[in-house]
Amino acid sequence: MTRAALAGLKVVEFGAFAAGPHVGKHLADHGAEVIHVESRTRPDGFRTNYPPFARGTPDPEAAGMFAMTHNDKLGVTLNLKTEGGLELARRLVARADVVIENFTPGTLAELGLGYADCAADNPGLVMLSTCNQGQTGPHAHQPGFGTHLTALSGFIHLTGWPDRDPSLLWGPYIDYIAVAYGVVTVLAALDRRRRTGRGCHIDLSQYETGLQFMAPALLEHFASGLVPERNGNRDRSAVPHGIFPCRGEERWVALSVHDDAEWGRLRQALGDPEWARDAALATAAGRRAREDEIERRLSEWTSCRSREEVVGRLRAAGVHVAPVNDMADLAAEPQLAFRRAWRPVQHPVIGTYQAIGPSYLLSETPAEIRRPAPLLGQHNREVFCGLLGLSEEEYTRREREGAFE
Amino acid sequence: MTSEEAPLAPYRVLDLTTELGWLCGKILAELGADVVKVEPPGGEAGRGSPAWTAYNVGKRGITLDLASDRGRQRLRRLAAEADFLIESFPPGHLEALGLGWPVLHRDNPRLVMTSITPYGQRGPLAHASASDLELMAASGAAWLAGDPDRPPVRISLPQAACWASAHAAVGTLIAHHHRQLTGRGQHVDVSAQASLLPALVHAPMFWQMLGQVPRRGGPMLVGRNVHGAALRNVWRCRDGYVTCALYGGAAGRRSNRALAEWMAERGMAPDFLRAVDWDRFSAVTADPEEIERIQTAIAVFLLTLSKREFAEEAIRRRILGYPVATVADIVADEQLTAREVWQELGGLRHPSGYARFDGRPARPRRPAPGPGEHDDEILAEGVPA
Repeated sequence: MTRAALAGLKVVEFGAFAAGPHVGKHLADHGAEVIHVESRTRPDGFRTNYPPFARGTPDPEAAGMFAMTHNDKLGVTLNLKTEGGLELARRLVARADVVIENFTPGTLAELGLGYADCAADNPGLVMLSTCNQGQTGPHAHQPGFGTHLTALSGFIHLTGWPDRDPSLLWGPYIDYIAVAYGVVTVLAALDRRRRTGRGCHIDLSQYETGLQFMAPALLEHFASGLVPERNGNRDRSAVPHGIFPCRGEERWVALSVHDDAEWGRLRQALGDPEWARDAALATAAGRRAREDEIERRLSEWTSCRSREEVVGRLRAAGVHVAPVNDMADLAAEPQLAFRRAWRPVQHPVIGTYQAIGPSYLLSETPAEIRRPAPLLGQHNREVFCGLLGLSEEEYTRREREGAFE
Repeated sequence: MTSEEAPLAPYRVLDLTTELGWLCGKILAELGADVVKVEPPGGEAGRGSPAWTAYNVGKRGITLDLASDRGRQRLRRLAAEADFLIESFPPGHLEALGLGWPVLHRDNPRLVMTSITPYGQRGPLAHASASDLELMAASGAAWLAGDPDRPPVRISLPQAACWASAHAAVGTLIAHHHRQLTGRGQHVDVSAQASLLPALVHAPMFWQMLGQVPRRGGPMLVGRNVHGAALRNVWRCRDGYVTCALYGGAAGRRSNRALAEWMAERGMAPDFLRAVDWDRFSAVTADPEEIERIQTAIAVFLLTLSKREFAEEAIRRRILGYPVATVADIVADEQLTAREVWQELGGLRHPSGYARFDGRPARPRRPAPGPGEHDDEILAEGVPA
């Protein structure tokens, strides 16, 4: 067996939901030891406030999003408001390479676990503080959830139809943008530490990472004053460019035409109908002028065919096309299956679930997903006795004092 | 951040990406790597578009004609001395030029090579073409967005390439970590389709755990109430839209109460709303009819406010909510100004510095290159011609 890419890396997470802990998931998938710290009195919100739950009933041990975020991690519970809990947290931090936290700014420092406190014991520590709007600035302390931050960073205004209210994306879209940037910054800081011996504190603003995905619209606004609006599925250059209904309930296909030659191929795939032969439609400008009509004609053609037939015919003709996969489709989608995008793991309460595998496949050190997300405090003994070396007597004393609540 | 201090300062990246991977090189450049963009003579397709400019800052640029023996030889020599090579050609394209992973790996066993494609290097769809729209569809992201009575939608600003690029940077640096410890490079195969899966958040779990196929809800958030109630998250206000919602959890209870108190102060809280016990109310478990009544009252109230008024009071009262921002709102945001987010590069303003390392923001250090702008400079650095 080859060594996992991140074997030997020690990570401790303080935080909840996605923005901090999903950073740890990328690391755990590649062999890092990741310890997720929560408390029994206030478990991770993904355990308590976020459907779905296996069998549909709220249960902190059967929560889908917690399962999705924490495979291959060690789960411990500590009450950081007790002296014993805090001391054990400090000892976890002292042996760690990386601490990840996504509390509101200042929360950990108030507990005595801020970067300055942690780095005093461990100068090589890399600490990632990821929060909504950064650790500084007038809005640093404004609370908020990722779903709403996605609106603050401009994505929601640009989603939906021009004649309708904006549409939500499914949830905290921006959290996962920040997650990717969080992993990148942690790994870059670790690299610098290898060279210099110095750790660092990373202040990552989720809002600002979102703006990286908005950058073209912002640049254009600065240059021309343009304020882009949501435009359904239309595109500024490709035409037609849309999502069309196929036979059956809620079956859809996405297709787009990026140049005049592709329009010719689409015409052939449609059987070169009379309406499409119109020479005025041979150019993008001509198609743009009659985009409503083209969309109506395409809908007529797609809606009396199965999605599979439409995708098959257009793909064979060399036209950009894809099914609009729903969640059931995705679970069985052959390309994702080929890449093992879903990895089955066995969970003691949930049963088998499909953990999400990385979208990037490493040729020599592939990610291995071996363990389900931990139950609350599942690894307390393993971590505190095994890794920190607490005696059975000390462990019991701490337990009695409420350190593990 | 000075270049000596930049986390990735010692490393060179050869960036052969097309639009699908531009952002990956930019991410590495911001962290201090010397990213050398390799373009065909005269420059690549898409040059000068807003996305091109946004995602090619921080890079140096050279031109190489990979259709010629000389150009291919030169690339091999550059790759033999590089730390990273990133590319986003269709699968097999570089192999056909004699520049595939096996060749480059033999020349330079330490090289980390990252290939970004719509669906991945191998598999049933490896050779299917896809633009942003098809990737949003094939990944399931489009399924979840849009009004229920119209087709699913993508985000009107292309996103799939950003996700693929950001995940490519993650995979690249994980491989780098391993290479620095072992001396062995590897090939990283990135799928744009798969890169979007995390953006589906908990939607796939509804199918896995309950056999339910979640549907798009337009401005309503679905999948947060155990009885299936839709929670409105986008609300009309006087001059646009704001976002906030009824919540569960401790933070949510505070927010729900603060909004209700604000409404009461303005005389816009009906009796039933003032009677709600906010310590007990949770949007996760509340009865759908109760949610509907409360939401109707909130809608009437929010219509009386401007985006700015809502934003300011939300901060003051610790209500979980924000304006639904346009790009004009974003560039006027005082938080971003205070954090010095806007960076002038080549006469253009860029959002920059999303992360600070000990207070110093990681930023690109140069504007996007002209075609072949650094040909001579890189030659002069002794890389064999």
